[in-house]
Amino acid sequence: MPKVTVDGQELDVPDGATVLQACELAGKEIPRFCYHERLSIAGNCRMCLVEVKPGPPKPQASCALPAAEGQQIRTDTPMVKKAREGVMEFLLINHPLDCPICDQGGECDLQDQSVAYGRGASRYHEHKRAVTSKNMGPLIKTIMTRCIHCTRCVRFSEEVAGVDEIGALYRGENMQITTYLEQAAKHELSANVIDLCPVGALTSRPYAYEARPWELKKTMSIDVSDAVGANIRIDSRGREVLRALPRINDDVNEEWISDKARYQVDGLTRRRLDKVWIRKAGKLQASSWNEAFELIAAAKPGKDIAAVAGDMVDCETMFAARKLLNALGSNLVESRQTGMNYDVSNLAAVNFNTGFAEIENADAVLIVGSHVRWEAALLNVRLRKAAKSGAKIFLVGPEWETTYPAEFIGADVSVLHDLPAHVAEAMSKAERPAVILGGAALAKGALHPALALAAEWNLVRDGWNGFNVLHFSAARMGSLMLGFAQKGGMADIAAAKPKVVLSLGADEMDLEPFADALKVYIGHHGDKGAHGAEIILPAAAFTEKSGTYVNTEGRVQLADKAVFAPGDAREDWTILRALADALGVSVGFDSFEQLRAQMIAEVPALGHEAVADYGALPKADMSVKASGAMSYPIKDFYMTNPIARASAVMQQCSAELLHGEALPEAAE
Amino acid sequence: MLTDKDRIFTNLYGFQPWNLDAARKRGDWDDTKAILAKGRDAIIDEIKASGLRGRGGAGFPTGMKWSFMPKEAPKDRDGNPRPSFLVINADESEPGSCKDREIIRHDPHKLIEGALVAGFAMQARAAYIYIRGEYIREAETLFAAVQEAYDAGLIGKNAAGSGYDFDVFVHRGAGAYICGEETAMIESLEGKKGQPRLKPPFPAGAGLYGCPTTVNNVESIAVAPTIIRRGAAWFSSFGRENNKGTKLFQISGHVEKPCVVEEAMSIPFRELIEKHCGGIRGGWDNLLAVIPGGSSVPLVPAEQIMDCPMDFDGLKEVGSGLGTAAVIVMDKSTDIVRAISRISAFYKHESCGQCTPCREGTGWMWRVMERLREGEADKSEIDMLFEVTKQVEGHTICALGDAAAWPIQGLIRHFRPELERRIEAREGSLQEAAE
Repeated sequence: MPKVTVDGQELDVPDGATVLQACELAGKEIPRFCYHERLSIAGNCRMCLVEVKPGPPKPQASCALPAAEGQQIRTDTPMVKKAREGVMEFLLINHPLDCPICDQGGECDLQDQSVAYGRGASRYHEHKRAVTSKNMGPLIKTIMTRCIHCTRCVRFSEEVAGVDEIGALYRGENMQITTYLEQAAKHELSANVIDLCPVGALTSRPYAYEARPWELKKTMSIDVSDAVGANIRIDSRGREVLRALPRINDDVNEEWISDKARYQVDGLTRRRLDKVWIRKAGKLQASSWNEAFELIAAAKPGKDIAAVAGDMVDCETMFAARKLLNALGSNLVESRQTGMNYDVSNLAAVNFNTGFAEIENADAVLIVGSHVRWEAALLNVRLRKAAKSGAKIFLVGPEWETTYPAEFIGADVSVLHDLPAHVAEAMSKAERPAVILGGAALAKGALHPALALAAEWNLVRDGWNGFNVLHFSAARMGSLMLGFAQKGGMADIAAAKPKVVLSLGADEMDLEPFADALKVYIGHHGDKGAHGAEIILPAAAFTEKSGTYVNTEGRVQLADKAVFAPGDAREDWTILRALADALGVSVGFDSFEQLRAQMIAEVPALGHEAVADYGALPKADMSVKASGAMSYPIKDFYMTNPIARASAVMQQCSAELLHGEALPEAAE
Repeated sequence: MLTDKDRIFTNLYGFQPWNLDAARKRGDWDDTKAILAKGRDAIIDEIKASGLRGRGGAGFPTGMKWSFMPKEAPKDRDGNPRPSFLVINADESEPGSCKDREIIRHDPHKLIEGALVAGFAMQARAAYIYIRGEYIREAETLFAAVQEAYDAGLIGKNAAGSGYDFDVFVHRGAGAYICGEETAMIESLEGKKGQPRLKPPFPAGAGLYGCPTTVNNVESIAVAPTIIRRGAAWFSSFGRENNKGTKLFQISGHVEKPCVVEEAMSIPFRELIEKHCGGIRGGWDNLLAVIPGGSSVPLVPAEQIMDCPMDFDGLKEVGSGLGTAAVIVMDKSTDIVRAISRISAFYKHESCGQCTPCREGTGWMWRVMERLREGEADKSEIDMLFEVTKQVEGHTICALGDAAAWPIQGLIRHFRPELERRIEAREGSLQEAAE
């Protein structure tokens, strides 16, 4: 712990800290553009200059200078002030002063720091540089004249995303940041460079000219586009959600989110169900709540009622549905709508036990049946970090483009029973081995074979649990905690031949076995589930209700309501509560608080915003053999849920980035 | 004046062939094995004692630089020792400099032998010679000379029979001035964009491919074998204290006979010009100013340079530097503002664009210089320009910012009246609109 002095204040700083970090520990603000905690140090903006003794008699870039014992650091001398003013002036001479039409205005580092550290006037009277804007795809809008060449975007793509997409061309004042051959940035985390860009050079294309940051209401929320549970902030104005931004949570998403989480929000205003619809003579017709409830009551479901939860449902909705069914004498609830039937008797066996933050420390990882880039893009970032610090990574499943050195050892799940010697050796000799089991593997019955490997390799050891299941849907762990599962999965539900099926936003389920049942869709988008339903009850999307979500690590997180649901749509739990009255049963709650209190009383873990403890791993059933070629459940990264499918931006991404459709250009 | 017997570069003018046979007759590769047998510490001590300072411009003591290389090879993650490398900077791009070119053209074996000696002294696995892309014929010669040395068993496995394995690779640059900066050269060798790295870590700790690396100028390396053969005392008998040895001076510009010549350090400017260049064009009264060390050092006006000793410290005293000893002589026919403006254009063109003050400042300075050339400015802008140069100098990652700032500072320091005269002349020539 070196002891340094910052502006006369003595303090101990951690080993390996930089002078900039020392200054921050001392409570001094150091202006910076290129420095970013999660990226490598570039030291090129020169804004963080401070005076350091001992050292050369010139200002030093504090971001790149290691703090050393006995350093005298000054951040308040005339030399430092002059250096900052000088750098600020240089940055501004070729920066267009177009803040009034710049989308970064109001949240621009250059703007803020120029007010705080700039000289106030320019002495530059020559021509300013102009740079042609570059195509970076449907998500990133570029106005490259504004670029200050901090290279954060370049470093993000190379280091975090692991793709060489963005780089610099030319040199000197002609240097330009661009994508390779001006192709679109295709990585599923590409839009994070928008947040990283300290100026308005890279801005959000779908959000262009939509709003100013000070007009927006900010609501803390949780992303439901995958099971990572990224922490997001919903920015809304009036009844419309305008954008989603990442919040910092080092345990979950660091400060990144996937492009889908960021840009599916425009789908929240499209294809919405805002009226009650009832199928009459084969056609859906607008109707009223009363008529719908009467129809459901007339079906006299009794205990022949089932509920299927979709991928984006919050715990409260599922709990309310289960309460209703239980009151009617049924327990036909299921959330694994695609028909998976893995063993859920012990949740530790279907949880991501290592945790996202810890998986970085793994030194050997076996991924079975998971397209991690698409199923959990943020986990892929963690795996890349592990690989960079030397972890060996093996994959079973069809090949996909990893962003780190990894070896595919077969597409058939049976390879688990007969692993190549070098894989088995690497896993058994590793100090912190981890197995990650994806949906494709669970579908082929790989859970118990994997548990057997876990026992063989001793994955659970002191301070380390290396057995992981990576789910894909945001509702999964919550639903399992609430008992939303049958032993045989959807097949059990179908075998029970229910009279009424409540679909809680279940858009991926097979409706074929329920041809004779009255299908009631409670959801927010006119997608597959709604198309097959007899009655549609419009409900709230994740931004329109408060809710509890549990991510694939078993981490319980709360999301707040940002806006009101459109039209006649109601929050899901109120619909289920009203349905209880219509069916003449009592569910025991009249308000959201009561509902949540009951839920927590039944499942106490849902009351703590923390990682739930599921206990020890079960013994593996050695008799189970897995076999068959796996195929990943996600065919199109941008089209995985009803919100994304309704989103024009996601549709465009899917068409341009995945299906290679040409950019529509205006005729000349 | 340096006598012929004391010259290191005996074939500087190419009167004899460059090849191995001829080089051997000149004394190169003469029992190199015995030099290596002295051991690495002895070689480094000898170079230290000779007082040799780096010939690439900064003048850092060469022996000391070699001694920074780790004695014990650092280990990589798997516990294997990492190799060390010697990188030889032949990217001679400084306007005015042309000494390395003559060495490579006519005496390449001095360089290759030096590479082996220096590489052995720092326990380097290999030497990379990064040669400027525009040096096409020189590169051909160097490739051929390296092949000759390999064929003769002088380098490669068991180099020169010493039992030491040492490879020499020649790498051609692509024409960027900045790749002459040591860390930018390392980046370029690694196949990346030629942009200087942040220091620390210094190359001696983590350089080429993250391994310990020393970057030396061609001349520094090429003189090493001769220094060891003839002894540090011989080499340090030339020049003043702290500025020892002989040096290749490259005199260009308005002298009667521009030339590259090996001379003792600290030779007075007047003697250098009179002895080797046939005097100043139009006589000594016609001398206007001299840029004594390549385009990046400030100019020195005639009256200060005439009797100045040409060495690191002597030129520092007159506010300039020895640099690469590329002496650019300008007589009174020179448009001095235009000359410096052209140098500014060069630095604007060659700035790598990585860090802010240099990227933005070089363009700004050049544009103001272009206006000052025509007098199309206000007198207050001279002070502003000086302040801008101060905002660039010392605020950048590498020294290119300093190099761009110094010529302009030199001009303003010594030729301010000329700048003001031009502004006044232009103002006077402007017609005022009738009221």
